[in-house]
Amino acid sequence: MAMADRAEPVVDLGKRAGGLAMRTTKSEIAVEIAGLNKWFGSFHVLRDVSFKVMRGERIVICGPSGSGKSTLLRCVNRIEDWQQGRVIVDGTELTEDLKTIDEVRREVGMVFQQFNLFPHLTVLENCTLAPIRVRHMPRREAETLARHYLTRVRIPEQAEKYPLQLSGGQQQRVAIARALCMQPKIMLFDEPTSALDPEMVKEVLDTMVALAMDGMTMLVVSHEMGFARQVASRMVLMDAGQIVEINEPKTFFEHPQHERTRLFLSQILH
Amino acid sequence: METTFVRRELIAPLPPPLATRGLLGFLRWRLFGGVFNTILTLLGLLLLLVLVPPAVRFLLIDAVWDGASRVDCLAETVGRPVGACWPFVFAKFRQFMYGFYPEDEQWRVNVTYALGVALLIPLLIPRAPYKTLNAVVFFGVFPVVAFFLLVGDAFGLPHVETRYWGGMLVTLVITFAGIIGSLPLGVLLALGRASKMPAVRMLCVIFIEFWRGVPLVTVLFFATYMLPLFLPPSWRFDPLARVLVGEVLFAGAYMAEVVRGGLQAVPRGQYEGATALGLGYWRMMSYVVLPQALKYVIPAMVNSFIALFKDTTLVLIVSIFDLLGQLRAAFADPNWATPVTLFTGFAFAGIFYFLISFAMSRYALYTERRLDTGARR
Repeated sequence: MAMADRAEPVVDLGKRAGGLAMRTTKSEIAVEIAGLNKWFGSFHVLRDVSFKVMRGERIVICGPSGSGKSTLLRCVNRIEDWQQGRVIVDGTELTEDLKTIDEVRREVGMVFQQFNLFPHLTVLENCTLAPIRVRHMPRREAETLARHYLTRVRIPEQAEKYPLQLSGGQQQRVAIARALCMQPKIMLFDEPTSALDPEMVKEVLDTMVALAMDGMTMLVVSHEMGFARQVASRMVLMDAGQIVEINEPKTFFEHPQHERTRLFLSQILH
Repeated sequence: METTFVRRELIAPLPPPLATRGLLGFLRWRLFGGVFNTILTLLGLLLLLVLVPPAVRFLLIDAVWDGASRVDCLAETVGRPVGACWPFVFAKFRQFMYGFYPEDEQWRVNVTYALGVALLIPLLIPRAPYKTLNAVVFFGVFPVVAFFLLVGDAFGLPHVETRYWGGMLVTLVITFAGIIGSLPLGVLLALGRASKMPAVRMLCVIFIEFWRGVPLVTVLFFATYMLPLFLPPSWRFDPLARVLVGEVLFAGAYMAEVVRGGLQAVPRGQYEGATALGLGYWRMMSYVVLPQALKYVIPAMVNSFIALFKDTTLVLIVSIFDLLGQLRAAFADPNWATPVTLFTGFAFAGIFYFLISFAMSRYALYTERRLDTGARR
């Protein structure tokens, strides 16, 4: 990162961050979703959704509002539960078992549209809370880690402030740093730029691009098509609770196969 | 007419006009800004004029400060209209403070007070160090120490039965026990009521609705007179302890609803943010949700604490003589029967209750401001 804070022992942490990418794993499949069905009351919100995400892939999911894309994303760390189907994350199947769910959540970071930072804690405390309380990391170590990631999202100087003293773009970058502090294997982004002022979208997207360059497995719900073209390994279009098309970005944008995809792209790319 | 415009220089910020700032601005906008505002200001001044001088005259100017009996507080003896008869309060002071706690043992009460104050003051100062340790000692260790100090029958201290306790001692014991008992109980009940487990939720709802549905007087009466009839003799425990338990359960039910209000004010995104980080239920509640929920309900919580403090006077109906009870007992003393005794006593009690309630209220306001990190926009 260009603005690496010289005061921090970045070298030591570089090893840690590097080690993350090299972690050997049981399988090359990061997320597997099979026959997923979910109803909100009598509304069938996810209809027989199946697909696989390989390790290191960046999946961008788009689709009209109400198409179930956020709901699908939220099933990956089981913030939403479902009635039928299987979700397997990093080789672990998500079941009713709370222990398994917590194990998976530790390995999956999530960034929300509304940031969901904790307003009563400083930026630094937001970042260290989970490493200290969930990973039982010593406070000092957690703070060094947090400052490392705050430097990576280029706001190390805001560590002592409270979230609501920051701009929307800065808050979202803190949210990304907070998720990274748990050193997740997979990152979920639920419309991370939709609540931002236009001037702040770029700084958040830049952070996400940098993360993609590092080889992070990412599932992103977004309508930022420029970003999608730049980083996506595959595009997913959802409509009415089902996957309509999964394709390489180049084909997806230039030669969409499904009629619905063509319609969708013509609506959002003017 | 120009139709385009390009700014050449940016305008630097200027201070606001003089007439809207400082004392002049305050007078003009806050006190005499408009007809209605002016009328209210004048009415307020009139009210102060009617109330303050007579109060000052009664409490200070016309008051009697020295004396040994009722004679010194009579208008005939003094030769002028008489205000408050303070010698009455001085003479009965020990009774107001300790009730009938044996005089030789009253130092134990003072030591308890001193300990409590010594632990409470650093707890209330945000910058004082060792907050966690301090809180643990104050809420966990201090009640145990206070129990043995006040009750005795251990460590060579003679036993003092609670029926000899009274006055401010009883008022403070009930208030303190009520506050430190009702808050955790209320939090647990509120969490239970918000729980997804039907059995837990049902139990909490029944508990809360039961205790909110009965008057405190009934609770106290039941705890004191009815309960012993139902329980086997070996189960009978101290009357004051029974009242304390009743008070804690009663206040806990109210506190539960206060906390529930706070829980509802915490956005769902906060739960999701914490969950996504892998925090389980209890860690999410203790580090993310409750700190915010309790902050939102500080005003309502202090409301409950003040109500609890003043409701302690109801223990009079089960023959426990708190400060107000001792006061009423003292009124019956023929040695101090004067026309102003009643007013003096109530003035004293009023000032005591007001000072403590007001202090709680101001401290809560200060805490509220201190914890404000701009959460609500």
